[in-house]
Amino acid sequence: MPGKAFAVVVVIITLATAYCVMAHVWWMPADISVHGPRIDHQIEETVLVAGLLFVAGQVVLAAFAFLYGGARDKPKQIPGGAKPLVIFAFAIVGTEILALSSIGSKAWGAVYFEAPDPSAMHIDVQAGQFAYYFRYAGPDGKFGALHPELINEGNQNFFGLDPDRDPDAKDDIITAELAIPVNKPVLLTLHSKDVGHSFDVRELRVQQDFVPGLNIPLHFTATQTGRFEIVCTQLCGLGHYNMKAYLSVLKAADFDEWLKRQAAMQ
Amino acid sequence: MRTGCKVAALASALLVFAIGLLYPGIGVNAASAGQITGTVKLDGVAPHMKGIDMSKDPYCAKATANAPAHSETVVVGPNGGLENVVLYISDGLSGSSLTQPATTVPVFDQKNCLYMPHVLALNVGQTFKVTTSDQTGHNVHPNPNPMTGNVPFNQSQPPGAAPFEKSWKAAEFIQVQCNIHPWMHAWFAVVKGPYATTDENGNYTINNLPPGSYTVTAWQETYGTQTQKVTVAAGKPGTADFTFKAK
Amino acid sequence: MEKTFASARRAKTLFWGEIMAETSAHGAAHHAPPQGFISKYILSVDHKVIGIQYTILSLVAAFVGMALSWAMRIHLAWPDVHIPLLGMLAPNGAPGGQMTPEYYLSLMTMHGTIMAFFVLTAAPFAGFGNFMLPIQVGAADMAFPRLNRASFWVTFVGFLLACATFVIPDGPPLSGWTAYAPLSAVGAVAGPGQGWGQNLWGLSVAVFCIASLLGALNFIVTVLDLRTKGMKLSRLPLSTWGWFIDAWVSLLAFAVLLPTCLLLVLDRLGGTSFFIPGGLVFNDQLQPHSGGSPLLFQHLFWFFGHPEVYIIILPAFGIVSHILPTFIRKPLVGGWKVITFSEIGVGTLSFVVWGHHMFVSGMSPYMAMVFSVPTLFITIPSVIAVLVWVFSLYGSNIRFDTPMLFSLGFISLFISGGIGGFFLAQPSTDSYLHATTFVVGHFHFTMGLSAIFATFAGFYYWFSKMFGRMMNEKLGKWHFWLSFVGVYCVFMTMHLTGFAGAVRRYSAFVDDFMIPLIPANRFISVAALLLGATQFVFLYNAIWSFFKGPKAPDNPWGATTLEWDTTSPPPFDNFGGRQMIVHHGPMEYDGEASVMQTSAEASVAGT
Repeated sequence: MPGKAFAVVVVIITLATAYCVMAHVWWMPADISVHGPRIDHQIEETVLVAGLLFVAGQVVLAAFAFLYGGARDKPKQIPGGAKPLVIFAFAIVGTEILALSSIGSKAWGAVYFEAPDPSAMHIDVQAGQFAYYFRYAGPDGKFGALHPELINEGNQNFFGLDPDRDPDAKDDIITAELAIPVNKPVLLTLHSKDVGHSFDVRELRVQQDFVPGLNIPLHFTATQTGRFEIVCTQLCGLGHYNMKAYLSVLKAADFDEWLKRQAAMQ
Repeated sequence: MRTGCKVAALASALLVFAIGLLYPGIGVNAASAGQITGTVKLDGVAPHMKGIDMSKDPYCAKATANAPAHSETVVVGPNGGLENVVLYISDGLSGSSLTQPATTVPVFDQKNCLYMPHVLALNVGQTFKVTTSDQTGHNVHPNPNPMTGNVPFNQSQPPGAAPFEKSWKAAEFIQVQCNIHPWMHAWFAVVKGPYATTDENGNYTINNLPPGSYTVTAWQETYGTQTQKVTVAAGKPGTADFTFKAK
Repeated sequence: MEKTFASARRAKTLFWGEIMAETSAHGAAHHAPPQGFISKYILSVDHKVIGIQYTILSLVAAFVGMALSWAMRIHLAWPDVHIPLLGMLAPNGAPGGQMTPEYYLSLMTMHGTIMAFFVLTAAPFAGFGNFMLPIQVGAADMAFPRLNRASFWVTFVGFLLACATFVIPDGPPLSGWTAYAPLSAVGAVAGPGQGWGQNLWGLSVAVFCIASLLGALNFIVTVLDLRTKGMKLSRLPLSTWGWFIDAWVSLLAFAVLLPTCLLLVLDRLGGTSFFIPGGLVFNDQLQPHSGGSPLLFQHLFWFFGHPEVYIIILPAFGIVSHILPTFIRKPLVGGWKVITFSEIGVGTLSFVVWGHHMFVSGMSPYMAMVFSVPTLFITIPSVIAVLVWVFSLYGSNIRFDTPMLFSLGFISLFISGGIGGFFLAQPSTDSYLHATTFVVGHFHFTMGLSAIFATFAGFYYWFSKMFGRMMNEKLGKWHFWLSFVGVYCVFMTMHLTGFAGAVRRYSAFVDDFMIPLIPANRFISVAALLLGATQFVFLYNAIWSFFKGPKAPDNPWGATTLEWDTTSPPPFDNFGGRQMIVHHGPMEYDGEASVMQTSAEASVAGT
């Protein structure tokens, strides 16, 4: 009786879980990046492979608990003993692993192993407890040097620029929102002002930690306009839950206008 | 018996007088309380106070949608008056006028994702009350110099949090910021003796001064300090105007 | 030259001969019975008392860790609620009973720290291992009983240090049990919770490392040196194999965590900058550190941290492998070899996969692929182990006593947790799921609940041997069913919200995309509170049975290993002066029939 109950409970849990995953009850938002489809494809493949193993494992467990609970015949071992199990593990699981790895490496490589487009728009991103600030190079196309000792948040000098003495810094545009033009490659350089943070945009299929002391490049191309959230996923202190900025993907003309407006507000 | 009553009355009067001697300066006699008034101005072009983009927190963005906020490091009124300048007596006071903190409990509020007031002048030992009027979480993180004896704290204020009270042990100009909203900065100007803060026209009045000669210091967070000597007589307030030069 | 080779060969033969053949009990394991209350129950060197002490410590730690999680889940579901008790206990962290964001993170940090170290590493390994391992190998005690006593009391000090973080004004640290630098390394300037709490944390964990190293040494030497006559390694009970392999992994992994904690404390108190680079600014103030690497901390931590999760699960593998044959009345498929070599495979591979915690950390993306391959390959021995357990059920006679139910639950939970691993082992899919609640669900299934279910299985199985009384079966079954359904409600739902991108370690849900997930989170919170309440059924059962349970026979389950060949509880020297001679392996079951390891009767299962 407990065996049958166990089997029923396990099957119900398995089916409920499988349903929630297949029906996308809680699921990823639509992808808006060039490399995203490869990642989504990889996730779908993994759902298939892992899902089959999950269902098979739980159902077989349930079946055996159901069938052999309270049985009183002489026990017998599965024909072949452990050999078929070991072979299955190496052969089937091993093959799946190799397949996932080799296809997956292309999805990963699309983000990290390819050099950014030489025409990519360069944007400097700083994460600090508990906000993101973004820097555009301005008309001169050059970023001014950063001087951490000059950071003065009360004066909104978040990056520690020295515009009076550094001509490159004079026209840098600092914003609290990341706007990018649609269908144009973008290259972000991520650096942290204080502790570890992360740059996570679900729709872009991009997640990259900020590491204090490092300048980390991250490039992508957004394929749809809209307003999306950049959230921090690396525990950074009390305000971690409220550390975010908006990503606006704009049509080219809208982006130019946005940048002009931001420049005027500096 | 009438003699006894007289004696009792005289003794009481003597007692009151003696007690009065023991507590000098407990309250300056209103008739002899002096004032220093004046105006603080900025000479030159005021620096551009950048607008604050509060988009990272939709509550803040909504609260300031119709009245966008700006940096408050140099706030200049229409006639060139400098706001948020703290005036205090740096020399000439003694006794309880210097050491006794004011008894009012000013409120330091978090409203529309800004600290209000931007500069809170306080006495050493004066209690102040920290409140939040916002429906988004803040924290109050002052950064005193470890050498002064002022104890730093970092107190979170989620929406609906109860107010808390604090006071400072030593005279110092202490920056305070919210880490969740990095543009939120303010100052605690902790001084001894009577003080005042300039309004939007740059005008101020320091009250409760016994007659005497004083040095008044004006402190502005960007431009630093300036001093002037002022004499205060009963019924004749002193005046001290200051002008800071824009960089 | 010849002479050197010859003596080397001789030494090798002696060495292997020594460890492969049986050895006789000797040395410090024999000691006189203790006199007096303190020697008997407090400062005892008896492995049985020490095992019980560890078990009680981990029970207390488990309820503390659970209470922290209840406070966390209440805050997540109902952030505006004021909890008077919390306000009283934590006036700084929760003024007026309203939890601040930093206190949520502090509770979360200590929940992870207390559960991972003082519950999951302590109970199945140090608790049951200490009590059972010497008996199962036929010894009178561990190889180093006084070192064993020291291990427990050092663990206890570590636990006190962890609890101390709650009573200091600064409160516990908030950097997570993972304590990433520089947040954990720069000191109080990084925010509330990063004052003395983090120092105490570092010391607590370092102390725990020392205790674990001592314990691991003891286990290894005991298995190698103190096996009784006839107890070849091939006849070791599977739980002992689990503890033995685990001890090796512990020795190598904790040896790295200990210096890591010391380096962290040095950065905080000693002015060093192992983990802190230059140019950091907090509150507009430049920090006086330079030259360090935050990634170095992550590498060091996870070099320990990944084997740690296997340190937690290997005893569970061993306990379930040991319990299953008793209740399915037949040996495991593949005998002792397949499951044991799977465990060795898992334990060994666990040292080369740590970078899978760091795919998006800023580590080279090429290294990500390098770490991904062994991470996926570690699936293979894990799958073999699961297949052995599941397919051993085929053709068996299952008896559904509580230990068996929890063992079945363990298998189901481990399958569920392991499947989640497929997503996290690949950098491309992990780049979406990293730091979401999917990860939280995954590790709770694998290292949390599987290990706990195996621990419960061991508890219900061995309670009668340890305390001489039977636990109540009915309450045990209630405990199982409510817990089994409860853990799936809580942690499978987390996997699903993780697919939606729900970020972990958030003290509140304010982001646009998090708000629609609030109902699911409330469901998780309610389920978690009910799950917590269920554990009181277990506690009540344990305490009541300790005092009033029916007296236990020597071998209530009809098992075969040496612990069932002595009284319940065992006498001081475990066997009452008998010389135990082993004739059979540990899995001599054939339906109703079974043959004890020490029995001279013929084998029934051909093992």
